[in-house]
Amino acid sequence: MAFENEQAAKAYWKANVRLMLTLLVVWFVASFGLGILLAEPLNVIRIGGVKLGFWFAQQGSIYIFVALIFVYVWQMNELDKKFGVREE
Amino acid sequence: MDIQTLTFIIVGASFALYIGIAIWARAGSTKEFYVAGGGVHPVANGMATAADWMSAASFISMAGLISFMGYDGGVYLMGWTGGYVLLALCLAPYLRKFGKFTVPDFVGDRYYSQAARTVAVFCAIFVSFTYVAGQMRGVGVVFSRFLEVDIEWGVVIGMAIVFFYAVLGGMKGITYTQVAQYCVLIFAYLVPAIFISIMMTGSAFPQIGLGSELVSEPGVYLMDKLDGLSTELGFAAYTDGSKATIDVFFITAALMVGTAGLPHVIVRFFTVPKVRDARISAGWALVFIAILYTTAPAIAAFARVNMIDTINGSDMQGTEYEQAPSWVKNWEETGLIKWDDKNGDGRMFYAGDERNEMKIDRDIMVLANPEIANLPNWVIALVAAGGVAAALSTAAGLLLVISTAISHDLLKRNFMPNISDKQELRAARIAAAAAICVAGYFGINPPGFVAQVVAFAFGLAASSFFPAIILGIFSKTMNKEGAIAGMLSGITFTAAYIIYFKFINPAGNVPENWWFGISPEGIGTLGMLVNFVVSLAVSKVTAPVPEDVQQMVESIRFPKGAGEAQDH
Repeated sequence: MAFENEQAAKAYWKANVRLMLTLLVVWFVASFGLGILLAEPLNVIRIGGVKLGFWFAQQGSIYIFVALIFVYVWQMNELDKKFGVREE
Repeated sequence: MDIQTLTFIIVGASFALYIGIAIWARAGSTKEFYVAGGGVHPVANGMATAADWMSAASFISMAGLISFMGYDGGVYLMGWTGGYVLLALCLAPYLRKFGKFTVPDFVGDRYYSQAARTVAVFCAIFVSFTYVAGQMRGVGVVFSRFLEVDIEWGVVIGMAIVFFYAVLGGMKGITYTQVAQYCVLIFAYLVPAIFISIMMTGSAFPQIGLGSELVSEPGVYLMDKLDGLSTELGFAAYTDGSKATIDVFFITAALMVGTAGLPHVIVRFFTVPKVRDARISAGWALVFIAILYTTAPAIAAFARVNMIDTINGSDMQGTEYEQAPSWVKNWEETGLIKWDDKNGDGRMFYAGDERNEMKIDRDIMVLANPEIANLPNWVIALVAAGGVAAALSTAAGLLLVISTAISHDLLKRNFMPNISDKQELRAARIAAAAAICVAGYFGINPPGFVAQVVAFAFGLAASSFFPAIILGIFSKTMNKEGAIAGMLSGITFTAAYIIYFKFINPAGNVPENWWFGISPEGIGTLGMLVNFVVSLAVSKVTAPVPEDVQQMVESIRFPKGAGEAQDH
């Protein structure tokens, strides 16, 4: 067992799952929400010369995806250190 | 120099580079052959993953698709990038910790069952062959247009190159070649995009050019111009699209989940040294993919405006065929552009209604784009090299999955558990060679359904692998009965729906007949839900998971002690 005790293992996994679900909510909202379901109402707003709903579907969602993965990596590395399960 | 000579030089130089890398990165053991020894740097792995992922379809066809679909093209952009978030957050780190070589390895071990392993092997082989035939065809098309050899010879040359570095180097050779191929393909994609963006909008970044005003008409935004042109010519407005929202939703989801379930993508995360490398490597992969994927919609918009301008003339009266630029005639010879002078006025006209006289294949939007925009010859040659790099890198990655599935999952883990590492390596090489020949055959004699079964690959991966792997990691109570029943019901449901609408009753393939308005392209999402429901239901009423498997699940949930990819 790499964790100090059973409780630590549970707490680590719980924190991991919570982080994952939070980020997946952002993932869903950015693509399915803003880029698809809400695309039409958002199209009245403009970013530069592009309608916002269209922009999320073809540009914005992709930038958010990239950011999400890097946030995940950073947070998980912190979590690994905190619980002493980081690989050497 | 003329285009032909330049193309020979640039494509030839890129081939020499790939072969040089292949000789340098020969594989000496099965571990090097399957997972490049498990020692690839995460940034290099990200680049290789990006090249592996971006196929001839991404490079050649995607911008063209978007160009013709407008807003609806977003399903490909979101679908083929959003899957990496799922991969990074839900799959890659855990599968790396699991530490075996292949996806069927995981399915077989986690579900303590040869039957589950065998189901997974056949899914992996089927999905990969579907894909690879299309790649070989892509190589053939690029060769035949730019080097003016027959498509058959183009495919044979492509086969020979892949043969050389895949059979010799395995995953190690493929990985380092893919790094080089990524550099070639992204350079080839960006150069014309940047040129055209500067010419049309004055911005060096195509992503910004997309939202800028036109140089030729100050005060008019590119997108407004495009919306205006589209409606004037009888198309849907470019930013509106014509698919139903529910269908866009389901297609995007199927592509995302399918991406995360494709064996040739997943296996890439077995090649890095540590769990945290697998996480960051997915991030780098998406960065490198996003560079191309955020440029594609800009190319799509630029190309559409340019094309309409050239064909219809700036006064919208049609351009006289006699005065058409040379690219129209060049591409007419390949059959990708057709003109039928319906009203007999000698002028070409492109429209979405009865005025239309043109048939324009979407693939030429990227391939002919540099010619349409009058870019120098070396840019055109570069695009050829990029298209070949995209097709070869994906083909090699897929061939590796096929050869691994045969030598490792079928031979070593099923039929001949006692063969030595040397024998297994030889089997892997023979399998790779055989797979290349089969893929080449399909490239030269494409079955009519290649284009149609693309939906298969994603739908199948989404409805089979993805739920089985997710449940295998996040549920300790999911047992083999549940997983097998789920995979089989998910695949059967998805395949039946696709086969019905694509082959049995193609005439009935219209929104009125679709369930809930979901097209065959998006049905994998529903198949995935079927898989989840069946798995959970069956696992509730069958035997619990053995203690040692539960412990294995426990141990893949944290990084420490991952070590290198395990030999058996």
